[in-house]
Amino acid sequence: MPESTDLKQREEAHWAKTSRLMFMHLGVWFFFGYVIHMFVVPLNKIIIPILGFPLGFYMAAQGSLIVFVVMLFMFARQQDKIDREYGFAEED
Amino acid sequence: MATESTSGSGDFLNNLGRVYSIYTGGFLAFVILIAVLEQMGVPNKILGYLFVFFTLAVYAIIGVLSRTAQVSEYYVAGRSVPAFYNGMATGADWMSAASFVGMAGTLFLLGYDGIAWVLGWTGGFVLVSILIGPYLRKFGAYTVPDFLAFRYGGNFARGLGVIVLVACSFTYVTAQIYGTGLIASRFLGMPFELAVFAGLVGILVCSMLGGMRAVTWTQVAQYIVLIIAYLTPIVILSTKKYGFPIPELTYGLAISDIIAREQQMLASGLATVANLKPHISPFINYSPLNFFAIILCMMVGTASLPHILMRYFTTPSVREARQSVAWSLLFIFLLYFSAPAYAAFSKLEVYTNIIGADVTALKPWIFNWGELGLIQICGKNAGSIDAIVAACKAIAGHTGVVRLQDFVINTDVIVLSTPEIAGLPYVISGLVAAGGLAAALSTADGLLLAIANALSHDVYYKMVDPNAPTVRRLMVARVLLLIVAIVAAATAATKPGDILAMVGWAFSLAMAGNFPALVMGVWWKRTTATGAICGIIAGFGLCLFYLVTTRYFPGAGVKYYGMTSLLNPVTGAPIVDIAKAMALPNAMEAFPTLAHPLANKVGWFGLTNIACGMLGAPLGFAVIYVVSLLGKEPSKEMQAYVDDIRKPRGRTVLEEKTT
Repeated sequence: MPESTDLKQREEAHWAKTSRLMFMHLGVWFFFGYVIHMFVVPLNKIIIPILGFPLGFYMAAQGSLIVFVVMLFMFARQQDKIDREYGFAEED
Repeated sequence: MATESTSGSGDFLNNLGRVYSIYTGGFLAFVILIAVLEQMGVPNKILGYLFVFFTLAVYAIIGVLSRTAQVSEYYVAGRSVPAFYNGMATGADWMSAASFVGMAGTLFLLGYDGIAWVLGWTGGFVLVSILIGPYLRKFGAYTVPDFLAFRYGGNFARGLGVIVLVACSFTYVTAQIYGTGLIASRFLGMPFELAVFAGLVGILVCSMLGGMRAVTWTQVAQYIVLIIAYLTPIVILSTKKYGFPIPELTYGLAISDIIAREQQMLASGLATVANLKPHISPFINYSPLNFFAIILCMMVGTASLPHILMRYFTTPSVREARQSVAWSLLFIFLLYFSAPAYAAFSKLEVYTNIIGADVTALKPWIFNWGELGLIQICGKNAGSIDAIVAACKAIAGHTGVVRLQDFVINTDVIVLSTPEIAGLPYVISGLVAAGGLAAALSTADGLLLAIANALSHDVYYKMVDPNAPTVRRLMVARVLLLIVAIVAAATAATKPGDILAMVGWAFSLAMAGNFPALVMGVWWKRTTATGAICGIIAGFGLCLFYLVTTRYFPGAGVKYYGMTSLLNPVTGAPIVDIAKAMALPNAMEAFPTLAHPLANKVGWFGLTNIACGMLGAPLGFAVIYVVSLLGKEPSKEMQAYVDDIRKPRGRTVLEEKTT
C-alpha cells in the first residue's frame, strides 16, 4: 500500500514541522512574557531617548504586547505554509 | 424561504465593510449631534440617556435582524464569520467592564505591578492560536465540552467540561452585569438594582433571538463603539498636553514627570517613603512569584476560557481561525496598550494639581466624584470645598495643603474622570459611558451564550434527549439563556463583595480544569479517556479547594492544611500574625467577609489564591500523563481522528445534524 505509507509519512513530517514551529513560538512567547521582565530593574535604568520611557516599564507595557501581535500574524502565515507544503491546507 | 435567507445573509456577508463603515459614520454623526445639542443647552442627564438608549437600540436592532431558526447559525454563526470581523467580535467578547473601566485604575494604583494584568490578558492569545483554537475549529465542535466528550469517551467527560465551564463563566457574567449596573447608575442616576435589570434587557435582546450569529454582529458593533470611546478622550488629552495625538508615545514624558514629582513630594514632606509607591518600581505590590504567577494564570486561562475558544468555531476555515486570533489580539492590544497612558496622565494630574495644592483651591471636577463617595480627601467624601476644609482642619497638625495620605480615589474613576480632567465637554463623558456599557454588554452576551449553549446542547440535547427536534432544541436554549441571565442579574443586584476578584478566579479555574485536557488531547495521541478525566478532576479540584479554603475557610486552612500567611512583597514579612489571628474568636468562621483577618491572606508558598491555577494545572498535566501511561493506548480509530484534527484539509471530524 504505497499510497497510505506515503500519507503516513507526510502526516509525520507535517506534524514534526508543526511541532517545531510550536516550540519556536512558545520560546519567543516565554522570553517576552516572562524572562525579559525578570530584568526589569536593570532595564529601567535605560531611558528610551525622546520618548522618556524607562525600558523595563516599556517592555511590559508595550514592547512584549507588540511582539505578541506580530508573532501571531507570522505564525498564521508560517503554519499555513507548512500545511500547503504537505498538501494538508484547505482550498482557497 | 431557505434560499431567500441564505442569499440574504450572503449579501450581508459580502457587504460587511460597507455596512460597518456606514455604522461607524452614523455613530460619529450621532456623537456630533449630541455635541451640538449640548452647546444648545440640553441638560447633561438627557444627553446621557440619549447615548445609552441610542446605542442599546442599535444593538437590539442588530439582534433582531440576525434572528435565526437554524441550529448551526444559532451555535456557530453558520461558520461564516471572516477572520477580521471575528477578531473584532472577539475583542469585544474579551474586553469586559473590568478592562474598560478598571484596568487603568489598577495601573494607577499599582504602577508597574499592575502591568501583570495587561501582559496576562494579551499573551494568552499566543497559546490560543498555537496550541488549541484552530484544532478545535477543525474538530467541528459547537461547544468545548463537545470536544472533551468525543476525545475522552463520552458523557462523563462532557459533564465535567460543563461543570468547569459553568464554574468559570458564571461568576464572570455576574461581574459584567454588575458593571452594567454600575455604569448605568452612575451616568443616568438610576437606582443600581433597576440599572442591572435594564442592562439585562439589552443583553437578552441581542443573544436570545439569534444566538451566536446575533451576538457576533452586535459584538462587532460594540467593539467599534468601545474603542472609539476609549481612545477619544486620551487622544485629545495627549494633543492638548504634548501637541501629539498618540498618547501611547507621549505618556513616556508623563512618566518622567511623575518620577521627578515623586522625588519632589518626598523632599517636601507631601509624601513619605512608607506611603509613596513609585510608579515604575517593580514587585512592591506583588512578590515576584505572584507577579509571574498572575501573568501565567491569566495567559493560560485565556486559552482555556470557553467563551473565547468558541468564537474561533465561527470562522469559515482553520486558516481563518488562525488569522482571526491575530486580528483579535491586534484589536485588544489597541485598548490595552492605551490603558497605561490613562494611568500615567491621571497620576500626573493628581500629583501636580491635587497633592500639594491648598484644599480651598481644588478643581471642581473632584467634587463631582467626591459627592458619589469615589474620591475622599482627609478621610471624608470630597463633596464640596467646605466639607474637605472641615475634614482637614479636624486632623491635628494639618496645614491645609493636601498630602498624599489625605487623598483616596476609587480606581473606577480614572477612566471615567479623564474627560473632565482634560476639560472636555460632557459629550465625551457620555461617549465613555456608552463605551463602558458596550464593553460590559458584549462580554456578558458571550458568556451567557457559552453557559446556555453548554446547558442546552451538551446537557439537554446530548445527555438528556438526543432525539429532540431542532425547534425544541432552540427553544430550550433560549429558555435556559433567560434563566441563567436572570439568576446572574439577581446575584449581581445583591452587590457581592469580591466580585472583581472572582473574575481573576475564573481564569485560574479554567486553566486548571480545561487546559491540560485540551492541550494533551490534541498534542499527545496517547492521552486516554481515564487519564484526562482523572486529570480534570484532580487539577480543577485542587484549584477550587485552594480558592475556597483560602477565601471562605481560612482558619481551617491554617489549622488542618498547613497554610501560612502570605508575605509582604517589600519586606518579606508575613502580612498577618497567624498565631494572634488564630486566637481570635472568629478565627474558624466559615464564609467570613473580606474584613476577616485571615480571608485571602493565607496560602501555600505565599501564592495568592487568584493564581491557584499554578497548583491545579501542573497537577492536571502530571495526572493525565501518568494515568494515561498506566492504561491501554487509545484505539487506532481515535488516533486517526487526532491525525485528522491536525490537518486543516478535509471535513470536520464531528458532523452535527442540523435539522
